[in-house]
Order: sequence, then C-alpha cells, then structure tokens
Amino acid sequence: MKAFTQHKGLAAPMDRANVDTDLIIPKQFLKSIKRTGFGPNLFDELRYLDEGFPGQDCSDRPLNPEFPLNLPHYQGASVLLARENFGCGSSREHAPWALDDFGFRAVIAPSFADIFFNNCFKNGLLPIVLEEEVVDQLFEEMYAQQGYELTIDLEKQQVIKPNGETIGFEVDAFRKHCLLNGLDDIGLTLEDADDIRAYEAKRREQAPWLFDAVK
Amino acid sequence: MAGQTLYDKLWQDHLVKSREDGTALIYIDRHLIHEVTSPQAFEGLRLAGRKPWRKDSLVATPDHNVPSEAGERAGGVEGIRDQVSRIQVQTLDENCRDFDVVQFGINEPGQGIVHVIGPETGATLPGMTVVCGDSHTSTHGALGALAHGIGTSEVEHVMATQCLIQKKMKNMLVRVDGELGPGVTAKDVVLAIIGKIGTAGGTGYAIEFGGSAIRSLSMEGRMTVCNMAIEAGARAGMVAVDQVTLDYVKDKPYAPKGAQWDKAVEAWSQLHSDDDAVFDAVVELRAEEIEPQVSWGTSPEMVAPVSANVPDPAAETDTTKRTGIERALEYMGLTAGQKITDIQLDRVFIGSCTNSRIEDLRAAAAVAKGHKKAESVKQVLIVPGSQAVKAQAEKEGLHKVFIEAGFEWREPSCSMCLAMNADKLGAGEHCASTSNRNFEGRQGYGGRTHLVSPSMAAAAAIAGHFVDVRELQRDAALTAEEMQQ
Ligand code: SF4
Repeated sequence: MKAFTQHKGLAAPMDRANVDTDLIIPKQFLKSIKRTGFGPNLFDELRYLDEGFPGQDCSDRPLNPEFPLNLPHYQGASVLLARENFGCGSSREHAPWALDDFGFRAVIAPSFADIFFNNCFKNGLLPIVLEEEVVDQLFEEMYAQQGYELTIDLEKQQVIKPNGETIGFEVDAFRKHCLLNGLDDIGLTLEDADDIRAYEAKRREQAPWLFDAVK
Repeated sequence: MAGQTLYDKLWQDHLVKSREDGTALIYIDRHLIHEVTSPQAFEGLRLAGRKPWRKDSLVATPDHNVPSEAGERAGGVEGIRDQVSRIQVQTLDENCRDFDVVQFGINEPGQGIVHVIGPETGATLPGMTVVCGDSHTSTHGALGALAHGIGTSEVEHVMATQCLIQKKMKNMLVRVDGELGPGVTAKDVVLAIIGKIGTAGGTGYAIEFGGSAIRSLSMEGRMTVCNMAIEAGARAGMVAVDQVTLDYVKDKPYAPKGAQWDKAVEAWSQLHSDDDAVFDAVVELRAEEIEPQVSWGTSPEMVAPVSANVPDPAAETDTTKRTGIERALEYMGLTAGQKITDIQLDRVFIGSCTNSRIEDLRAAAAVAKGHKKAESVKQVLIVPGSQAVKAQAEKEGLHKVFIEAGFEWREPSCSMCLAMNADKLGAGEHCASTSNRNFEGRQGYGGRTHLVSPSMAAAAAIAGHFVDVRELQRDAALTAEEMQQ
C-alpha cells in the first residue's frame, strides 16, 4: 500500500448528501477483475451525458458541462470535499479504487458510511471527518476562491487552509500508523499467527461444528 | 456488572486478541465468496505467495453476473453472452480450482445468491462470525450470527489470516412490539425502521432486532429484516436464537448432527441479550402502526405507507433534506403530493437476497393466482434466490401460477437487483422491486426503483400501479365468503 504522510492538493466539491457507492462507480464497471483503471468512470452517471460501458474509451464521450469535476478550474483536484454519509451503500472497494485512480488522495466530509470509510484506509486514501460547520466553511471558501488548495498533514493530524489556518482531525492510531508507513495489514496480522492458532485450537474443542467442511 | 448483549457475546467468543490501539483481531468462521469482489483478493494472495489460512471456511458461488434467462443459462459459464461478465465468472472458477475452494458452480444444485444459500444449506450457523465481500452479509445475522460485509482488501485479509481487524461497534436495539396487521410483512417492518432512523441511523452500530413482532417472524422474515440493516447504516444486524432458529437450522445439510447437534444447541441457547444488558441506543416501533410500505425516492429512507402521498419538499424545513427530496422527485419523475397508488409501473422484479426465498414466492403467488399482469406492465420477473428455492417452488407449482399470470420464471441470480446481468430497467421506467436499494441507476441507467414486499409487488404487477395489498386481500376474503353463502 502506498504511504500517506503529507499531501497538498486542489480541492473539488461533491456537493450532495448520501452519495452512494453506485453513484461513485456504477455497477457495470465492477465486472473488471483488476484493481486499477476505474478513474475514467468515477461518478460516471453524473460526469457524462450518455450511459457508460466497461472497457469503453471515455475520451470522446459527451461530458456533463455542469458537473464540477468537469470544470476547468477543478482539473487536477486531489482533495474531495463531500457531504454527510458519503460512501453509503455497498461494500465494493471499487469506490475507493475509482477515487484513487482518478487522483484523489483524501476525502473530507462530516460523516462517512462505515464500510467505505474502512476501505479507504486499505487503499492509501485518507477519509477525514470534520464538523459539519467546518465542512460548510471549506465549501464556501472553495467556491469563493478558484485554485483553493488544502494541505493535509497526517502526522500532525491537521488540514491546513491556504491562509495558513489549521483544522485538527481525529484518526485511529493503528490506521494512522499503517497509512504513514504504507504497511500491509496482512503482514502485521500474521505476526500474531501463534495467537490465532491458539484461539483456533481452543475453539475447535469447544465448538467443533464450526470447523466442519461444506460439500 | 451489566449483562451482555448478543453482539457483546458474539464478539467475546471470537476475540483472538485486543490490541493496544483499540482494534481487535476477530476470528472468522465462515467466509462466503462471489465473483465480483474476490478476483482482486485472490490476485493479492497469489502476488504475495500466500495461501488461504483455512480453506474449509470458504464457500463460493457465482450470483451477480449469471444470466437469469433459461436459454442463456443453459450454456453454463461458456454460454454467458456478456464477455466481461463471463470472464468474471470464469475467474472465480479458476481461483476456486487453484486454491482448492468449495464452489457451487453456475448450474449446480447448491448455487444461488450467496446470502440465500448460506442459511439454507447450514453453511452459516448460529454463533458464527460470517463475512463476505458484500454488504448484505448482514442477512446471516438472522440466525444469531455476527455477520457483516467487508471490502476486497478485507476479503484477502480474512483469506490469509482467518481474522478481521475490527473496532467494536456500539449496540443498538430496534424493538418492534405488538402484532403485525394482515398484509404487513417483514419487508414492510424493515422499510418502516429505515424510514424512521434514516440510512445513517445505524452507522457505527450493530443492530439487534427484537420485540414480539420480530420474534413472531419466520426465519426467512428475520433474514429480510437483517438483510437491510446495512440500508440503515449498520454493518451487522442480528436476531437472538430461539426455537424458531433451532427448528430452521435442524437437519440442514451442513448443520451439526447427533451428539454434536445437542452440544451446539446448548451453546446456542446463550445467544440472546441478557435481561440487564445495556444498549447504547434503543429505537421502538409499534407493529400495529406499520402499513405496507413503498419507497418513492432514491434512498431507502425515502419511504411511505402505501396509503400516503409522495412528500412535498416545500413542507420540509431542513434545506439539505429539501434539496434531497427535490432531486429525488425529479429523478423519479414524480410530483409532490401525488398519491402513492397513482404511481404507474413499467416492470416488476421479485427476487434478490432480500426477498427471493420460498415464503416470498409463496406470498407473491398467493396474490397472483388467477390474475393476469396488467397490459401496461412490460415485464414481471420472478427470480428465485437459489436452485433449492427454484426446485421447491416448482414442486409446489408456484411457477405455473406465475407463468399463467404472464410473469417470467427465471434462473437463480441477483438479476435486476443491480442489473449486472442482462436484466435491466430502461431509462425512466418505474419498477416495483422486492430488492433493497433504490439508488439512481441501480436497476439500470435512468431506471426508477420502488422498494416493496413480494405481495405488494405482485399486486402492483396485476393492477399496473401500486395498490394496497390489504384491500385486495379483503376483497378476496369477501368473495370467498360470498361463494360459500
Ligand atoms: S441480490 Fe442484490 S443485494 Fe443481494 S447480493 Fe445480489 S446484488 Fe447484492
């Protein structure tokens, strides 16, 4: 996993509540067996005026001129400002993959859906929860000022505004550690292999039916 | 010390290790796999040279991409016309072969929607931790299990380590007391719950569904309720083990037998919240107040009783909510204040892991019997959740009832629940659907989904618009009475 330490990037809006995973990446694109290449289809139904198909070249599809990510001054954005309950719906990791593939490194919102939130960390994408009023303020400033860039310092747990003002945010210690160092969860868990085996042996004795094979 | 909740007990039983940072390693008993969220996880194992920790905990089946239409289905994997779908199903076959994972293949008797086949085979049991790369894994919680959806990285993590890194969730009790009225089903109960607490109401919680109305539901009804816990924002939903659970599990193919069964029953009898258990949140509903529900918007919380009207955004004082309603009405092509029963339908879908079990099909058939679908309705799809459900329905002759009504009897798959196979809504079409999500485009680009129960869906198929299934049932009861006189 790629590490996340500090990131400075252009902010762009996804200005609606309850953005679901079908909106982030419609299901026809889940047919891929790869982890990459979802970027061109991020927010597909909002971004383009036609229906998208997997494997298609998106460069000559008609763009929705009103969709913010299509506007010239949001090109190259890497910090997404979003509203409450972002990422609700399915468990598909394709949602963070698509955001990542598009170029986003962080998403800031007042709240996230649980599974999506969790999936972000596994992919080097940082979801940041800030108070609703603070997010409102960021939206306002971003709309008022073209080229609005935010710096995110994970070590210090701060979002730094263009005027130098800082906003602190919470992040789970374990997730922070993994993200800062780009650590792979599996490797870490396997360091506890003996504990897992010990649990398993005890459990097998207590509840052997849990270990019966199927078929 | 206060007593434990069901969730506390399941958590405690599976705790391998608490870490200093507040996370924990939770042991996973059963890991279900389907073709959409597993390829990248198997690939990850391969790249790292890892093997599944306990391959006998894995059970795979293809469901999302398999065709529901009998002709196409007969060709097996090779016969799947959409090349991208075919590759995904083939990839599952290859991965199961390479890693020696049990799979119920596309046309094998055990195949079906992953959340339907788990409980019906006994592959998922009370007291288990169950995961799957699919958010509706919450379904299995109906058995008194701790079951939740995970992302693909976690699929790989569980395959490699048999554990999930978790933070303990908070406890929520949703209690529905009283007696459900006639025509009111488990689906209506859960839609009413989501309407009340909202799609983020359960975020961060494990929800236990309790109260006399929940206890009076069959196992399949409880599955419908737990299935949609995720639509209320909760990763896990569950119901305590009782006699209904035990009667359901007994004699399932992979359920424990003989002395093992007795031992298991003894252990399972603990799987309920203690009387003095403390919940972080409690939500209460009266069963009598729940009517058949219909969703009118683009989020499962946008739901109303069938006797009600589509809301008027002007009456909403909260601006975010008002914009949400306006946007939803525009997408859905509905006018503020219009009667729910005036919504005309183009297609009807009865299926999905929410409502494709035998009782759901029986309920739909009871309404459809002796009727024909409305001329204006282009298509009514009946998609059983598994090969076993299909076989049982055919044994009971339900498929004939459907076919005579002009409905289409299809092969087990996710089908139009998310339209990854060929079953889709056209742009602007309204669908009465027994599935779980009414997001924009979920059932096809520009499609308009209304979530309902199987009997409400069947009634809508016949009328061409929504009708209160209770009125139909009253009418039918009257006619029967008249005939007797
Ligand atoms: S039936 Fe629908 S919700 Fe259920 S697993 Fe399939 S696609 Fe997902």
